[in-house]
Amino acid sequence: MKNKTIILSLFGAVVLLSAMVGPAYQVGDAVSDFTLKNVDGKMISLSDYKSSKGVIVIFDCNTCPYSQAYNDRIVQLNKNYASKGYPVITINANNPEISPGDSFQAMVTQAKEKRYDFPYLVDETQKVARTFGATNTPHVFVLRNEGGNFKVVYIGTIDNNSRDGSAATKKYVEDAVNELLANKEVTTSKTKAIGCGIKWKNS
Amino acid sequence: MLRVLFLLLLCTSALAQEAKVIKFNRLERIITTKSEKIQVINFWATWCAPCVHELPYFQKLEEKRDPEVEITLINLDYADKLYKVNAFIKKNKITSTVLLLDEIDYNSWIDKVDPSWGGAIPGTLFINTTTGQRKFVDGELEEGELEAFIKEVKSSN
Repeated sequence: MKNKTIILSLFGAVVLLSAMVGPAYQVGDAVSDFTLKNVDGKMISLSDYKSSKGVIVIFDCNTCPYSQAYNDRIVQLNKNYASKGYPVITINANNPEISPGDSFQAMVTQAKEKRYDFPYLVDETQKVARTFGATNTPHVFVLRNEGGNFKVVYIGTIDNNSRDGSAATKKYVEDAVNELLANKEVTTSKTKAIGCGIKWKNS
Repeated sequence: MLRVLFLLLLCTSALAQEAKVIKFNRLERIITTKSEKIQVINFWATWCAPCVHELPYFQKLEEKRDPEVEITLINLDYADKLYKVNAFIKKNKITSTVLLLDEIDYNSWIDKVDPSWGGAIPGTLFINTTTGQRKFVDGELEEGELEAFIKEVKSSN
């Protein structure tokens, strides 16, 4: 019990530390390429998407109630925008030792059950999540492809009603991508939402 | 016999503290109203494991009945889960004030609590409303940190 307390406290300290240090992309920043393993076992890189107009990167997980609430909306985002040049990539960075429901096997099951037709990548070292500055799940980063360089154009939440998508009055990600597709600048490029903190490792 | 039991039940349920459903203006009042006490405002939910883990620290502090500290637990479960929150309060014998913040448009108020807050829970705000000194802690607190942060906003002015 005492050990558990120490481990959990350490975890808390690391969360604090990681929130204070580490790089974090801001709107306008260029994104470095990354390569992560998908639920089908294949490696996927951001650079694989160099022929698309952009990408909707979502830091997500199996276990967070907000992630679960947004699951169908994420599937729908890919259905609506992959064919228009903005496919979805989801990334799970949760440490499965702290959150066993986010193990690779559990991710495989989730992708199958929810019929993901987009990548669900595991960020085992959590480097990608840290580089992006992802803090909670789901945390969206819309990237625009500018001649092979991906730049951040939107950071935040999917819409303004986690409980009920049909009651949302602001659909931030849809609006941002629609504006990009119409060659307009993104009106709302940064939003915040209550979410589950990413379960970071202790080192 | 049954009647006595019923009355007894009625009494205990009346004594048990329950969460009140509020809108943001109520929270804003706690943040902005000048008070002699250090305001300690914790954001949590019943499903959030690190939140549940740190709650006993708040309860321990509450039981010290420090006249210079006021704890408010802002619950972020959905309003239709009020029964769940109340069951949690009862089970964990929480005696601090619990307010269920029913404001689904999170982006409209998170920055008003603190601009440094990304929105992940738990989060805790410490305010000395007389000096304006404040501290926001994003993430789980360690044992003893509550007291340290209270001291920090208390002393610096």
